[in-house]
Amino acid sequence: MKIDWLFEFLTRLADKRLLSHADDLQSLPPARRLMLNPHDWGSAAKIGARMGLRHAGVWADPPDTAHGAPGAAYIVVRACLEHHGGYLLLETLVPLQQPALPSQTPYYPGLDRLERHCHDLTGVSFSGPARRWTRHQAWRADEFPLSAEFPAAGRSDPRTPADTDYPFVPVHGSGVYEIPVGPVHAGIIEPGHFRFHAMGEEVLLLEERLGYVHKGIEKIAVGRDPAGLARLAGRVSGDSTAAHTWAACQAMERATGCEVPPRALWLRALMAERERIANHLGDIGAICNDVGFTFALVQCARLREAWQRRGRILFGHRLMMDAVIPGGVAHDLAADAHQTLHADHSALRKAVKPLFNVIDDHPSLNDRLITTGRLTTDQARALGCTGYVGKASGLPFDLRRDYPYPPYDSLEVKVHTEVDGDVAARVRVRMAEIRNSLALMERLLETLPGGAIATPLPPAPPGAVGLGLVEGWRGEVLSFVRFGAAGRIARFFPRDPSWFIWPGLEQLIMGNIVSDFPVCNKSVNGSYSGVDL
Amino acid sequence: MDNYLTLPGWVLAVFQSCLYLALAPLLVGWVRKAKARLQNRRGAPLLQAYQDLYKLLAKEARVAHTASPLFRAAPYIVFTATWMAAATVPLLVVDLPTAAIADIIVLVGLLALARVFLALAGMDVGAAFGGMGASREMLIGALAEPAMLMAVFTLAMTAHSTNLSSVIDHHLVDGFVLRPSYLFALGGLILVAVAESGRIPIDNPTTHLELTMIHEAMLLEYSGRHLALMEWSAQIKLLLYGTLIANVFFPWGIGRGFGGAALGLGLAAVLAKLAALGAVLAVGETVLAKMRLFRAPEFLNLALLLSLLGLLSHVILEVRA
Repeated sequence: MKIDWLFEFLTRLADKRLLSHADDLQSLPPARRLMLNPHDWGSAAKIGARMGLRHAGVWADPPDTAHGAPGAAYIVVRACLEHHGGYLLLETLVPLQQPALPSQTPYYPGLDRLERHCHDLTGVSFSGPARRWTRHQAWRADEFPLSAEFPAAGRSDPRTPADTDYPFVPVHGSGVYEIPVGPVHAGIIEPGHFRFHAMGEEVLLLEERLGYVHKGIEKIAVGRDPAGLARLAGRVSGDSTAAHTWAACQAMERATGCEVPPRALWLRALMAERERIANHLGDIGAICNDVGFTFALVQCARLREAWQRRGRILFGHRLMMDAVIPGGVAHDLAADAHQTLHADHSALRKAVKPLFNVIDDHPSLNDRLITTGRLTTDQARALGCTGYVGKASGLPFDLRRDYPYPPYDSLEVKVHTEVDGDVAARVRVRMAEIRNSLALMERLLETLPGGAIATPLPPAPPGAVGLGLVEGWRGEVLSFVRFGAAGRIARFFPRDPSWFIWPGLEQLIMGNIVSDFPVCNKSVNGSYSGVDL
Repeated sequence: MDNYLTLPGWVLAVFQSCLYLALAPLLVGWVRKAKARLQNRRGAPLLQAYQDLYKLLAKEARVAHTASPLFRAAPYIVFTATWMAAATVPLLVVDLPTAAIADIIVLVGLLALARVFLALAGMDVGAAFGGMGASREMLIGALAEPAMLMAVFTLAMTAHSTNLSSVIDHHLVDGFVLRPSYLFALGGLILVAVAESGRIPIDNPTTHLELTMIHEAMLLEYSGRHLALMEWSAQIKLLLYGTLIANVFFPWGIGRGFGGAALGLGLAAVLAKLAALGAVLAVGETVLAKMRLFRAPEFLNLALLLSLLGLLSHVILEVRA
């Protein structure tokens, strides 16, 4: 894959004398890798931001062996830039003794929490001390769970102390009051704390505090075999299980040079599209319910339930967990599944048509959703939002079209973009994505190749790395995998699109009224589990 | 008026007040059932609201350690005030002793008393949601009360009395006359009723989202019998407004004597009228989304405007010089 902007980026780096060696640029299909000096880390981001490149995340990769062992002197820090569907992986080495790097957050505000997460887990500090993010009180400030000496089971303290001293950003002034919401919510949703500063009904500032469902995904990935990693990736965020498992498997397959049978790829795409439709259906209903329009919730819930029951029959699980495995998929479609799916698709298309007409045209609903929770194109671009949040704010990026991985490279993917950036625009994008996915699934079924559904994953050479990039229903899912000895996983980092959706929510709620927060939140629907890791 | 204060009258008045308690959960159950059917759901049983009250009454009441005695007293005050207010609205028959001693201004006053204690209780514990709900409730209340008084005064001017019994009597004796003032007042009162009983599009009684709540936000800290009383009060309030609309604007069928036949007919008539109103409410709540909070004043201003128009059209069109 040719990256048209890479030459310009390298030239600009060279102009600033930031390129030390000619062989710094390597290939890591589908991306390129570029090794940088640690002190150039911030400047490279500055150049990237000036060129309008999107930042797709930063993560650190500590050495596999404990402190003091040979070869354990450096932590590798990686960051990923994207533009026009081309990916560039920036890498640098920081000494384990004093891991410090210039922060890239000044140029990419969406990176703030990724850098803080990185610090909490590996100890790499970005431009000095920052507030903790993923660390609540389950481990001490001078311990880093991803270091080799930290036990995978965690410390066996009898009880984790209460997390009471997190420094929220204060807002002063007469008439300003705080509303703490969560982490336990009234509905059956994930835990997260929201700190509102409001004046009357108007929100002046919203600050999120997440990390309540930290599961140690990155730590317990270490030492797994590929099949075990795929199962783990499927649990990064339950509603994106197909996307995350696919991304992790793609990374492992790229690292080992595995040729996945075409039928398996087609089936994976079918599952990813099913997941997209199920989640969009659920969210559209929930958005309407949050403004008191229960009719739409009930209709969407009914359609989604039938959809997921079919998923259980055809793919073995309601959410299609563990249906994607390294090298292929776990289940083949039954012989009569074609007809069932065709019937399902046309039934859903028929059912959503009048329903979406109602949702689109209802004056009372429009009154609530239009102009509510507006995220401007500039805000979305600065944060690096992808998926429906980006598309509703005028950013048309979609991996399936802009960097088509198989089977999407042989299909035409329609991308629906809106410019308003409000809740209504996000609803319209979701409705369009359901229609587009239905059409796409029909094409997938028509062109479904025969043959095997899985191939064994070749043994991974130690140190092999792979980058998985999949368009999940929330947006771009990035998955980084590095193999260690004996084909075991040494590092796994799944970057859910929610990392950039959550700061977007903080932006778009400003100036709205407090009671519109639930509908704004539901319209972007960031994953708690996906960022708590 | 003196002949109202008889023993059978008092017995009936007590009976009618108890009927309010008994029927209130049924109306809520009916509205929920109708809404469920409109949403293609089977819905909870019609009598579920009774079971919920029974369950809550049997449960332990937990009170926040920051709560003052007011917090414990409020449910009883709110419940009693709402119940007393309901007792002034003729349900089955007119000319009860309660009508002689309490008129429409007492009714509005009792509801205001309940509201004040509800709001105080919401703020009492010091949690953010309760205070938010109380502030919103007072916003709604401050705008709804004048609109309601205006609507009621329109009726009172026709009947030359602020007594509900007399208003209904006057209406029945006069026979059916299509008065513009009544139509305006009816419109105004319906809007007030929707806002005051916390229904869509002003408040959503079924939401779980604390940030969007008005009435429910003030009840978040309550449990057990306290919560049961608060919920029951809200149900009585809905029934009160339903009966007010049903019996004042459509008084046909209401009993005018204390005989068994009159009572039976009165009960059947009011049940039919309330069922119809409940169905209308269910349809309204199904086709409408909740308004943004800052649109609520506009909604209630419309109610006030309609009521004022009612008053004006009465003065201009209906008062014979």
